[in-house]
Amino acid sequence: MLANSDPFVELDDLTFGYGSGPPVLAGLSLVFPRGKVTAIIGGSGCGKTSLLRLIGGLHAPRSGRVIIDGEDVDRRDRSGLYLLRRRMGFLLQFGALFTDLSAFENVAFPIREHARLPEAMVRDLVLMKLNAVGLRGAAGLRIADLSGGMARRIALARAIALDPDLILYDEPFAGLDLVSTGMTARLIRKLNDATGATSILVSHDVPEALGISDHVVLLASQGRVVAQGSPDALLASDDPEIRQLLHGGSDGPFRFHYPAPTMAADFGCAP
Amino acid sequence: MTAAFQVLLQVVGRTALERLRAAGHAALFSVGMLAVLPASLRHPSLVLAQVYVFGNRSLTIIAASGLAVGCVLALQMYYALLPFGAVDNLGLVVNLALVRELGPVVSGLLFAGRAGTALTAEIGLMKAGEQLVAMELMAIDPRRRLFAPRMIGGLVAMPLLAILFSAIGIVGAYLVAVPLIGIDATSFWSIMQARVDVLRDIGSGILKAAVFGAICMVVALYQGAESEPTPQGVALATTRTVVVSSLWVLCMDFFLTAVLLSAP
Amino acid sequence: MNAKRIEILVGGFVLSGVLGLAFLAVQAADLGRLRGGDTYALTARFDNIGGLKPRAPVRAAGVTVGRVNAIAFDGGIFQGVVTLDIDENYRFPKDTAAKIMSSGLLGDQFVGLEAGGEEANLADGAVIAQTQSAVVLENLIAQFMAGQADRAAAPANAGAFE
Repeated sequence: MLANSDPFVELDDLTFGYGSGPPVLAGLSLVFPRGKVTAIIGGSGCGKTSLLRLIGGLHAPRSGRVIIDGEDVDRRDRSGLYLLRRRMGFLLQFGALFTDLSAFENVAFPIREHARLPEAMVRDLVLMKLNAVGLRGAAGLRIADLSGGMARRIALARAIALDPDLILYDEPFAGLDLVSTGMTARLIRKLNDATGATSILVSHDVPEALGISDHVVLLASQGRVVAQGSPDALLASDDPEIRQLLHGGSDGPFRFHYPAPTMAADFGCAP
Repeated sequence: MTAAFQVLLQVVGRTALERLRAAGHAALFSVGMLAVLPASLRHPSLVLAQVYVFGNRSLTIIAASGLAVGCVLALQMYYALLPFGAVDNLGLVVNLALVRELGPVVSGLLFAGRAGTALTAEIGLMKAGEQLVAMELMAIDPRRRLFAPRMIGGLVAMPLLAILFSAIGIVGAYLVAVPLIGIDATSFWSIMQARVDVLRDIGSGILKAAVFGAICMVVALYQGAESEPTPQGVALATTRTVVVSSLWVLCMDFFLTAVLLSAP
Repeated sequence: MNAKRIEILVGGFVLSGVLGLAFLAVQAADLGRLRGGDTYALTARFDNIGGLKPRAPVRAAGVTVGRVNAIAFDGGIFQGVVTLDIDENYRFPKDTAAKIMSSGLLGDQFVGLEAGGEEANLADGAVIAQTQSAVVLENLIAQFMAGQADRAAAPANAGAFE
């Protein structure tokens, strides 16, 4: 636990599941320190993405609260929710850029919607944001013409267009080559430091995530917190669960095989 | 016997409840759409772009169909009126059929097929690509920004398309009636002019077309927004759009006709 | 496609729609007739207006010269009072007759004006003195039946005098 950082985002005994299915998160309580980069790492299906979407107010929890800078995230209060979202930048997996608009127009979109600025100013802002992600020259390109890495960075530029206090990254490195991954990782760190925002990133890519974060949370199924702490502390740990999550290994406390009947039963051969 | 009967009751009951829930969901969506319509006034350029998408792009099929229907009508009505010796009324009959019924209804059905499916596919694919979620997360309501302009665009385009359908249809009928069949040109137009009322006949057609346009748009938006974010889901949604829109158009046509014709 | 071009195309679309509407209204409907023109009013009273409706045409020599404006019932004289709007350009003599006629067996009814011979014309708001009511089918049948009865009775009577 980081003693002297006040929380920017707090999860209080959060329980959540899709529809009437089994819970994806069960009684999860977490604190995300202000102004720091926090990475959430865990196996598939441990609820990382759901967690992020709950913070963004896309779903309502079955019980518990999500608190951002002292405000409850409440889906029933539409205008309050929208006010919170204006302080948030969300980088969805694969970017979710508006395919019918150009790169420039994608980044300009939130600016035009939320601020009444003259076009010249909008243009300057957009180019500045694109410059921050290194794609000022790509402003006129159509989304279909962008590579995966470039699209992800344009989406990042769009996410930070309004200088948010909270930036959420859902698998920012997924599907990227090594070079783009490195660029994106450095961007995330740079943005956080430059703007003083709080960043939360969810990732499978352990080395990159650990390399840029101040605080790490390891999750197992149903959002059970295996461990949390600084990257160095976790890397040095001997706990088998922590080791498997951080270093891979095909089988350990997290089983390879999905629960199934015995081989004999399925294949009809002698045990 | 009673056990099987119980099971049957349960299935029927569950299905009925599910249908009721779906109907309620759709109704809420429609009402919600009406509520956000005024928001489009803040984005006139968006509405204009949508009028282009739904109106201009439908022109070809509307014009071609209007011409075809008008010509066929002239032919059919000629043979229908012949035994009564009332062939001079051909212009009038064709006009009323087009302006009151066929213009709005056929345009509505074509609109559902052309514009409705395009809209459903667009929204469905945006949903699949998480673009709708992205917009929500930017504190921008997709209903105001995306859905409302499209709905207004369709509402504006439909009556214009129906008018063009009828007008081109009448011209087509004229071309068949006078040069081809040999009906007297003067009586073709004059009987029509004497008996077709602008408010009652043309006006009712325009009103119908506007209603049909609204129906097609709401259905298309709803199906797109509710579609499963998979290729099969979007395909299913586009099919549903055509079927549901067409059925609603035909249904509302009956009610509107009854109401409009009984009015003084 | 840039905004300018879209605006022009949409404008063209809307314009074509408006032109289509104008075509329908003027060429294919009754808007072009007698709307721009000025009219004056004439009144006619009928025992029975039959199936005459407001906005029915008023014709003289088969040409439409006006429209039926309103139909009312006068409780004092127990007759139907029909107000006609006649085109300014057409004036009729004071002894003009107004008859309610049908255009064909299945047709709608209209008011036919048969001009008289007088020098002076009907003024604005004047009353047409001579009117002929609509032919009512039931009366026609009754007359016919009565006529048949007479004819049947006549030879019997003639025979009685033999």
